[in-house]
Amino acid sequence: MTSTFLPDKRTGPDAGLPPPAADRARSRARRRALNWLTATGFQLPALVLFMGLVLLPMLFALYAAFFRWGGFGMPSDYIGGENFTRLFQDEVFLGDLWRCLVLVVLSLVLQLPFALAMAVLLNQRMRGRAVYRMLFFAPYVLSEAITGVLFGMIFAPDDGFADQLLGRIGLEGLGGEWFADPSTVMATLFLVMTWKYFGFHMMLYLAGLQAVPKELTEAALIDGAGPWQRFRSVTLPLLAPTLRISVFLSVIGAIQLFDLVWVTTAGGPDHHSETMAVTMFQYGFKRYQVGYASAISVVMFGISLVFALVYQRFVLRRDLEGATTTMRGDGK
Amino acid sequence: MGDPALSRRGFLAASAAAGLGTTALTACGGDSDGGSSGTTTIEWWNISTTEPAKSVWAALARKFEAQNPKVKIKIVQQENDAYKSKMTALTSSGKLPDIFHTWGGGVLKQQVDAGLVEDLTDSTKPWGDALLPVAREPYLFDDKVYGIPFDIGMIGFWYNKALFEKAGISAPPTTWTGFLDAVRKLKSADVTPLALAGKEKWPGMYYWAYLAMRTAGADALQKAYDDKDFTGAPFVEAGEHLDELVGLQPFQKGFLGAAYSTPTGQAAAVGNGKAAMELMGQWAPVVQADAGKGLGKDLGFFPFPAVEGGKGAITEVFGGGGGHALRRGAPQAAVDFLKFFASEATDLELVKKTGVLPVVPAAESAIADPNIKAVQEQLKKTTGFQLYLDQAYAPAVGQEVNDSVAALIAGSKSPGQVAQSITRTAKEEQ
Repeated sequence: MTSTFLPDKRTGPDAGLPPPAADRARSRARRRALNWLTATGFQLPALVLFMGLVLLPMLFALYAAFFRWGGFGMPSDYIGGENFTRLFQDEVFLGDLWRCLVLVVLSLVLQLPFALAMAVLLNQRMRGRAVYRMLFFAPYVLSEAITGVLFGMIFAPDDGFADQLLGRIGLEGLGGEWFADPSTVMATLFLVMTWKYFGFHMMLYLAGLQAVPKELTEAALIDGAGPWQRFRSVTLPLLAPTLRISVFLSVIGAIQLFDLVWVTTAGGPDHHSETMAVTMFQYGFKRYQVGYASAISVVMFGISLVFALVYQRFVLRRDLEGATTTMRGDGK
Repeated sequence: MGDPALSRRGFLAASAAAGLGTTALTACGGDSDGGSSGTTTIEWWNISTTEPAKSVWAALARKFEAQNPKVKIKIVQQENDAYKSKMTALTSSGKLPDIFHTWGGGVLKQQVDAGLVEDLTDSTKPWGDALLPVAREPYLFDDKVYGIPFDIGMIGFWYNKALFEKAGISAPPTTWTGFLDAVRKLKSADVTPLALAGKEKWPGMYYWAYLAMRTAGADALQKAYDDKDFTGAPFVEAGEHLDELVGLQPFQKGFLGAAYSTPTGQAAAVGNGKAAMELMGQWAPVVQADAGKGLGKDLGFFPFPAVEGGKGAITEVFGGGGGHALRRGAPQAAVDFLKFFASEATDLELVKKTGVLPVVPAAESAIADPNIKAVQEQLKKTTGFQLYLDQAYAPAVGQEVNDSVAALIAGSKSPGQVAQSITRTAKEEQ
């Protein structure tokens, strides 16, 4: 529409001479630029916030990881990759990585199957189903700090609820020092994590189960499939997208675990329950070795990023089809 | 638009930024102006955010204003940890408040070295020199005075007299061998000898620090920090002595996970009569009664025993208190206020109402509690002094001491390894 009057506005010897094709191309370019400008204008406030409060601090942490820096003033003591070499010789940090792996494996092998079993159970018709669902989901709503304080009291050696209860029912042998014993602290921690998070995964699975069409299980029933076969060959494959998301959330959660550990054990006894985030906090906010703490956070970020990318690329690929913006199908 | 995840994150980020912004803004409030009509306003930064100290201090400021009509006192109060980080920021910006709270030691020394703190040596003569010598210690550098104390305290053993009697211990031990004997007696009488908050690490550090003072002498900890070398034989020996104690399994069940002031923690274990002793500062009786039942008349205090053959004496004290320093160039009114705050009348009031230990010798009469009196007796006899390590050392070194000693107590580090890790961290800093 602009092409009709644009040439007229131009003055000079070549006025009106350019071929119409080039003219149209130019106006299209102009329109596209205008669109782009409008879009940018609308995005700018969010973009500025995102850059200033998310992206820049992240980049700054990456920068600070190459300095010996106490957190005040600007970093000036450049030490190259020393923080990183120190990190991978640090027994505590290597222990963090190991404990992270242990938690991930335990979550995948015990916590999620348990949540799935509960979900299948509560998907049946039964009296008080809603009450059970609510009860199992309730711990997830509780804040991590409150959960930590609560279980710190429950698992207090001797005086705590756990030891008292076990004593009353004649199972003193099962009691112990829970969080206070280096050999049981991780198991206790995992128990609390499971108590807190299985309800969330159960809810995810329940939602997934609702979406499994009844006709399919009925058809399988008519074909003579037993309950296990129906679950294994009909329900489970259809639940796969939910499972994949739940695994993803669980792994990322284990990598970033902080609050629960900080409140219950602060990483102790003697670092036996320390996680990467706890180590980072210790160095950043207790020792004021912010450069070193930044290096830890960079490695944590790296691990999360690599896991997220690999997982999305190879596992979530089908689920995310169409949900994310890709370069394909972008038009010309 | 319409991405709820993004906008939520943006909101969180924005609120975080708002928090930071407030800090930045309030951080600029370190100035004082000589107001109009000849009135001087002085800013007084302190950490007395809890009652009764909060209102007692405010009333004292009003009293000073009444006596000095041309001076206005503006009180700025911060909670302990917030104050520490605020002061670190202010120190690097080079602007300190007129009167500010200080624990002395390394942090104050840093501020002095940066030329930010007023030298009070001459302006506080003679009243400043008359204060309790051990209380003045943390604020003296090269015989110059950089701060005036209002409180002083020390770490020592708090014990249950009834449980000691039950175990057949007639008098508190004065030597390390005697102490280990007492621990053995308590154990055989089926009493848990010691309560320890293993989760918090710092209470365990007290044992190592005191043992190092007893084996290497009172000045050794500061010297080792300055030389960045903790590998000397007396430091390893200190660890070995602690190892001897740990070998007797003297601590309460689950001590590695215990906190200090919670209902199942160290103080409660002693306060409820479940453990016979704890190594803690002069605040211990209050926390014991708060977290547990409290021992009342059964509670006693004795200083950390001497180690046979060591360079240190039983009269050397590990402790610290609180004081005030002035920014360089602070008005004369600020010095006047320090004098007022360290006067006998003020100190009597502080001791009576806020439970601090007297820094003015004459104010001692105001102490009613026999346990606090016992601490005061020790403080008066002091022949050497080491300030709390978290004030004397850079944070990383202090934390490393806590961490390595905790590892020693948990059995994962040898005394030699403790000395080495502390040395390594000390060398990394600066």
